[in-house]
Amino acid sequence: MNFIVLSPLDLGIASLLVVLLSLLSFRLALGISRKLLFAALRTTAQLLLIGVVLKLLFANVHLGWIALMSLIMLLAAGRIVMERQEHRFIGWWGYGVGTLSMFLSSFAVTLITLLLIIRPEPWYQPQYAIPLLGMMLGNTMNGVALGLERLTSSVHQQRRVIEARLIQGQSWCDAIAIIRRESMRVGMVPMLNAMAAAGVVSLPGMMTGQILAGAEPMEAVKYQILIMFLIASGTGFGTMGAVHFAARRLFDERERLRLDRIG
Amino acid sequence: MYSPVYLFNNDSAVVVNSENSQGLSLCELTTLHLGPIDWQINRGECVSLSGASGSGKSLLLRALADLDPHGGEVSLDGQSALSMPGHLWRRRVGLLPAEPFWWVQRVGEHFDQPEAALLDALGLDVKVLEWEVARCSTGERQRLALARLLQNSPEVLLLDEPTAALDPQSVERVEALLEAYRREHEAVVIWVSHDAAQRQRVAQRHYSIKGRGLSEVTA
Repeated sequence: MNFIVLSPLDLGIASLLVVLLSLLSFRLALGISRKLLFAALRTTAQLLLIGVVLKLLFANVHLGWIALMSLIMLLAAGRIVMERQEHRFIGWWGYGVGTLSMFLSSFAVTLITLLLIIRPEPWYQPQYAIPLLGMMLGNTMNGVALGLERLTSSVHQQRRVIEARLIQGQSWCDAIAIIRRESMRVGMVPMLNAMAAAGVVSLPGMMTGQILAGAEPMEAVKYQILIMFLIASGTGFGTMGAVHFAARRLFDERERLRLDRIG
Repeated sequence: MYSPVYLFNNDSAVVVNSENSQGLSLCELTTLHLGPIDWQINRGECVSLSGASGSGKSLLLRALADLDPHGGEVSLDGQSALSMPGHLWRRRVGLLPAEPFWWVQRVGEHFDQPEAALLDALGLDVKVLEWEVARCSTGERQRLALARLLQNSPEVLLLDEPTAALDPQSVERVEALLEAYRREHEAVVIWVSHDAAQRQRVAQRHYSIKGRGLSEVTA
């Protein structure tokens, strides 16, 4: 590959821009100049760390290490989904519903891609497996978080309306149908927008990275199309799953609406 | 005078026999405020329920419709609520909340087969079905909610101040309609009312909430 290697000096010059921005925000009393510096340091540290981890992982290609890395990524994504919920489920469900759905959709889609589409040797080669899973999780996470948030906040607001339907003798499924549909849709809108904007408004990050690294544009484009399809399906299935499980959990075995199950 | 005969299709009316399991039975029912309560209301009987605000009347009715978790057992004609899915129980045990809610904009969409005769008996024009719910007055909404509930032909009616927002003429209509419905369907009716005269008019037995229990009173 014929790409230009960055030296620490290059990064240093770029970091001066952030320092400059921080100084300017201090002068304008925006109150974020410290945060800005801290965030820049944090992102540097996190990325250097993952660089070391990936380097180790690439040097020791073993399914166990990759599984461990995937698990850590999944648990971190699950935590972010949970933290984004204003009304989250009490107990294990608060963490579990999003994490389980992301696991089912992201892992399934990543496995299908590795085993049937890209087919690296071995199939769990970290150079492919980890970035793929990362992209899947990062996007699915957004869909799941949005869908769940819409579901629980709507149910909070429309509690009496749902109960009116239950009183009328409708099944829990009918009583929540509109809200459930709406929530699934909300979770999938960002993915639809991303597909619409790809190549016209934005050059997707992965493709940009490949081109910067010297890849043939058409090859990068093919990879990006693949990724778009994977992200779309992963996000879609994950969001549907999470909203489905969560909607079921809102009702008990007597088909009562149980708002006491969300905080 | 309103004649009930043509109003309700009598197919689903249940024949009453002398077994004492007929009607609504509560066995050691406990809610947040009340219980344990044992109570038996026979088919075709209307009982009134009174008590201070916040004494747990509405929560009792919600428990009977199995909308809230509760202790004890409720059964209808000897059939436990637990023997059927929640939504089927609620079709048989119909609750009319003090403040009914609506799930779509247009009134008519809440009805499967709107019966003009039923609306007429409640003093409502069929045109009201074309309206948006938001356009209806509180009193109209209360009567529409009753019509909506009666579509299911419930065998038990749990009425939470069903005439609170109505003018005297409408009160009379609703009372007459419910009386006809009760007789025709041999329905069990629990009627929550703050109006002593109304309790006397509509119910045969009267209960009032005392502490955590119910006690029978004269009016």
